[in-house]
Amino acid sequence: MITLDINGKTHELDIADDMPLLYALRNQVGLNGAKYGCGLGQCGACTVLVNDKPVFSCLTPCGTLAGKSVRTVESLGSADQPGPLQKAFIDEQAAQCGYCIAGMIVRAQALLEANPHPDDETIRRHMAPNLCRCGTHVRILAAIKSVVAQGGKV
Amino acid sequence: MKRKTIIGAVLAIGVVGLGFAFWMMWRPEIAPLSHPLNAGRETLDRGRRVVEAGDCAVCHTRPGGAYMAGGLPLVTPFGTLFTTNITPDPHSGIGQWSLDAFERAMREGIARDGHFLYPAFPYVHYRKMSDADIADAYAFLMSVDPIKYTAPPNHMVFPMNFRPLVSFWNLLFLHGDPLEPLPNQSAQWNRGRYLVEGAGHCSSCHSPLNLIGGEKGSELFNGGVVDDWTAPGLRGMTEAQHPWNEAQLVAYLTGEVAEGHGAAAGPMLPVSLSIAQLPAEDAHAIAQYILDLKKTSSDAPSPPCTSGVKPSARALLGAALFDGACASCHGSAAPMRVIESRPALANTSAVMADSPRNLIQTILQGIPMSSAESSHYMPAFAHSLDDSHVAALAEYLRDESCANRPWTDLDKTIKSIRAQE
Repeated sequence: MITLDINGKTHELDIADDMPLLYALRNQVGLNGAKYGCGLGQCGACTVLVNDKPVFSCLTPCGTLAGKSVRTVESLGSADQPGPLQKAFIDEQAAQCGYCIAGMIVRAQALLEANPHPDDETIRRHMAPNLCRCGTHVRILAAIKSVVAQGGKV
Repeated sequence: MKRKTIIGAVLAIGVVGLGFAFWMMWRPEIAPLSHPLNAGRETLDRGRRVVEAGDCAVCHTRPGGAYMAGGLPLVTPFGTLFTTNITPDPHSGIGQWSLDAFERAMREGIARDGHFLYPAFPYVHYRKMSDADIADAYAFLMSVDPIKYTAPPNHMVFPMNFRPLVSFWNLLFLHGDPLEPLPNQSAQWNRGRYLVEGAGHCSSCHSPLNLIGGEKGSELFNGGVVDDWTAPGLRGMTEAQHPWNEAQLVAYLTGEVAEGHGAAAGPMLPVSLSIAQLPAEDAHAIAQYILDLKKTSSDAPSPPCTSGVKPSARALLGAALFDGACASCHGSAAPMRVIESRPALANTSAVMADSPRNLIQTILQGIPMSSAESSHYMPAFAHSLDDSHVAALAEYLRDESCANRPWTDLDKTIKSIRAQE
């Protein structure tokens, strides 16, 4: 049995230590926001927050998560009540196919929680690990900057 | 009478002492350059090659900063230095430097205005370069975009914040003339020696340093530690348990994965990306010379490694963590092994090394993405693995390749590396 603290709720799961967090989130807990992209930590579609830091959930074994808090894109708002970054991504129409977007929003969330006023260069460097194959990076950056322009409160 | 003699003697000693101090610690300014420099394309192309061979940009470009504009912090046991701006900006860079001033800096470590440069700038090696190479490098540097930028002030501890003291360091370590080819060696070997000992300044990192930061002459190329990474010894690489051949070393030196050994990471990564810019024959020459460096120490070699994972709780956790975090690239059936030549870890230099330092660093920091053709990205695990997880993983990997010589300093090393982050 492994105990996971996900979005503030405790889950007791009958899974092995080596199961990547992404599989547990999607298959055991039913949180499908984080996506399986490459499974190699090279695309960022699976990004979630572990103790407020962005990590690739596809390469994070559940056996490493005792006592830690996991947050996924679902914790940042809902379709009815989107959070500040989610709203900005909608306003800027930052999604093309949308597969990368949950990871993008979660990574941006980590940045703005630690630094509400990053400059352009800092945003670009921070977001570099996450890829968008449709090429909407410019709109993604615009969405993040619009949140920063409104005070960076997430 | 007697008193007069004593006063006279004291005065004489004082005058001689002052003269000596002046001779040791004062260097003249060299007149500023008045006319702009215009070098031809061929000179600039040659200069670019020298500058890549000398890894100039590795230190003189800070992350996110302009090319050659300086500002990278260098942490030394004597304080923190910031690299200087070597773009041709007339006030914050070297725009007023004549070739004479540049050559004096490269060979003697003196700035144009006469102040002593700290030996973190490897002029003890650059002085071995040819006049032509120094002139070409100068022409190239004077052709890059001039950037107005002044690095933050250095934080050197007393008394090393008093630059003229470097003159005494120079007395001990600054010697030797430009390298002449050895007649009994091939042209390629001599080219390799020239690049390794001159511009490449390999021994600056790959040799142990003495208490005042000079390379220990008796232990040249026996390996050192830089930025908490092991710069491995370069001697006897062809006789190691997993020997290196020239093709493997050339791949490693040019930023690719060396089959069975791994890929450049940490401070060596930018060096390898510089070497990748050189003509292929230079990388081959460097590899040939390094593979010819013989062991000098008479110490008995470590016993050969044997593998065997112990059924300890920590190693079992390590095996599980490997499956969850590493196996998608490094597992025996991973497609990344075939299509992107990710190595099996058992025989890599990081796992076979006497110190766990480079394995720990690579797990924590990964290998950053680069725009170079031969980028071999690895994600960083600093945020997803705790110290105990890194230790379990390292113990498991070490058991798999060298169980008979376990790392005894694993927890301590992880802790000290984390403390530097």
